[in-house]
Amino acid sequence: MIEIHNLTKRYEEAAVVDNVSLTLPESGITAIVGPNGAGKSTLLSMMARLIAPTSGRVLVDGLDVQATPGAVLAKRLAILKQNNQVGMRLTVNELVAFGRFPHSGGRPTVEDKRHVDEAIAYLGLDDLRTRFLDELSGGQRQRAFVAMVLAQDTKYVLLDEPLNSLDMKHAAAMMKLLRRTADELTKSITVVIHDINFASIYADHVVAMRDGRVMLEGGAVDLMQETMLKDIYDTVVKVREVDGHRLGLHYL
Amino acid sequence: MQAVASMSVRVRPAAGLMLAVGCVLALAAVSLFIGVADMPLGDLIRGDGGAQAIQLLLVSRIPRTVALLLSGMSMGVAALIMQMLFRNRFVEPTTTGTVEAASLGLLVVALLAPGLPIFYKMVVASSFALGTTFLFLRLVSKIPTGSSLVVPLLGLMFGGVINAVTTFFAYRYDLLQSLATWTNGDFSGVLRGRYELLFIAGGLAVLSYLAADRFTVAGLGESFTRNLGLNYGRIVALGLAIVSMVSAAAVVTAGTVPFLGLIVANLVSLAVGDNLRRALPWVAVSGAGFLLACDIIGRLVRFPYEIPVGTVAGVLGSGVFLFLLLRRRARFG
Repeated sequence: MIEIHNLTKRYEEAAVVDNVSLTLPESGITAIVGPNGAGKSTLLSMMARLIAPTSGRVLVDGLDVQATPGAVLAKRLAILKQNNQVGMRLTVNELVAFGRFPHSGGRPTVEDKRHVDEAIAYLGLDDLRTRFLDELSGGQRQRAFVAMVLAQDTKYVLLDEPLNSLDMKHAAAMMKLLRRTADELTKSITVVIHDINFASIYADHVVAMRDGRVMLEGGAVDLMQETMLKDIYDTVVKVREVDGHRLGLHYL
Repeated sequence: MQAVASMSVRVRPAAGLMLAVGCVLALAAVSLFIGVADMPLGDLIRGDGGAQAIQLLLVSRIPRTVALLLSGMSMGVAALIMQMLFRNRFVEPTTTGTVEAASLGLLVVALLAPGLPIFYKMVVASSFALGTTFLFLRLVSKIPTGSSLVVPLLGLMFGGVINAVTTFFAYRYDLLQSLATWTNGDFSGVLRGRYELLFIAGGLAVLSYLAADRFTVAGLGESFTRNLGLNYGRIVALGLAIVSMVSAAAVVTAGTVPFLGLIVANLVSLAVGDNLRRALPWVAVSGAGFLLACDIIGRLVRFPYEIPVGTVAGVLGSGVFLFLLLRRRARFG
C-alpha cells in the first residue's frame, strides 16, 4: 500500500501539489488524470523520491520514501518517467538488464538473467533484443523501457504518461499489456494518463487532480460523469456508453 | 562506493578487442624505432657497443611511446565518461573549459609557488579543473535543453574566457611559451623522469572500468539512476574527479590533444554502443592507437623535423568530426 500524507510541493510560493492525502491499493491499475499543470507528474515523482516534498510524506509498505535507502526502495517501487534518453546506444537486452541492478548490484546471477528474459518475452521484444534503442520505433522503445521496469520486479510500478508519443494501435496495446501485467503478476501499476477514455476502460482506481488538489478518488464510473468532468477539466465533455464502457466525447 | 567488477559477464573472448590491442602494440613498436638518432635493432640485441642505443631507448624512445599510450587511453576514457555525465555527444575536457582551468591552475602555481614538486602542481591543476567543470555542469543543467550543439559551444566560450585570463597573466609574467606547451600536445620533449604522472591518468582510466555500469546508468539520466537506487550525485562526483585528474596530468606533462577523446568516443559509440562495460576498453585501446598513429605521422611527414601531434590529430580529427556531424543530421534531420 502506498500512503500519501498531506503532501505539498511548492516552487517559490506556488503550490504545484497542495496538501494531497491518498491511499493507493496493493494491486490493480490506478490512473491519475487531470488537466495540464494539475501536479500529476510532480505527485508521481514525489511518490518515487525523485523530488523532495516541501512537506508531508509518502509511505510505501510503511517505508518513508525520503528516509529509506535508495537501494532498498528500488526493490519495491519502480518509476519510469517520460522523455527517456533515446540518444544512448544501448541494446534492448542491455537496457532491460539494468533493471536488475537493484538486485544484482552489477553482478547478474542466473536468477537475474531469467527475469530479463521473461520481461523481454512478456513485452514481445525477443526479436529486437540485440538492436540498439536508437534504431527502434517510438513504440518499440517505450516497450523496452517498460520491460526494464518489469525486470526490476517491484510490487509497485509508476509510469509517467506511458502512452505519450504512441499511436492508437500502440497506445491500446500498451494499456492492454499493463492490464495483463497487473492481473497476472499482481502488481500495483499507477499511470499518469491524459486520455480519460483509457482510464475509464482499463483503470480500477482513479485519482483526478486539478490545481494541485485531489478532486476525486474513486472508481472509473465516478470519473465518467459529465458534471465531474466539467469540474476537473473546466470544459463540457459528453459521456456516452458504448459496448458497456463509458466514453467521454470531448471532441464535440 | 562499492566496486562492481563483473568481468565474467561476457565469457566469450572479445576477439576484435584482442586484435585491436595487437595493432596498438605493433604501432608502439614502430614508434620506438622512429627518430633522428639511429638506433639499429642489431645494436640493441648484440649488447656490445649498443650501450648508446639502449640508453636512447630507455631515456627517450620508451618514455615517449609509453606517454603516448597512457595519454591516448586516458583522454579517450575521460571524454567518454564526460559524455555520459553531460549526456551530450560533443563534450570532452577541451570543449568544456576543463583543460583551460587546469592550465590556469598550473599558471597560478608557476606564479605563486614555482618550486612546488610536479605532483603537487598536478593536484592544484586538477582541483581548478574539478571546480570549473562542476560549475559548468551546473550551468548546463540550468539552460533549457535545445540543440545538443549548444553545450559544446557554450563550453568553448567558457574555456575561451578562462583562457583569456590565463593568457593575460602569462603575458604579463612572460610565461606564454609554457602556456603553449600545456595545451598543445607535443611528445617530442618527453624524457624519462618527465612523464611519469601520466601513469596516474592511465591508472584512473583502468580503475574507471570498475564503475562502468554506474556511468552508463548516469548517462540514462538522473531519474533513471535514482529509480535504480543509485546515488546520482556520487557518480557525477566520481566521474568529474577522474576527468579532472586525467586532464591535469595531461596538462602538466605532454599537453592535451584537442578533440582526440571526443572523436574516439563517438566512433566507438557507433561501433559497439554506449554500454561502458563494453565501450570503455575499446575507447582506451582506440585512443592510444589513434594518438600513436598521429604521432608517427607527425614524425614522418617532414622527417627529420616534427609536426606536433596535436596538429596532426586536429587535421584528421576535424575530418572525422565533420563526418559525425553530417551523419547525425542525416539521421535526425
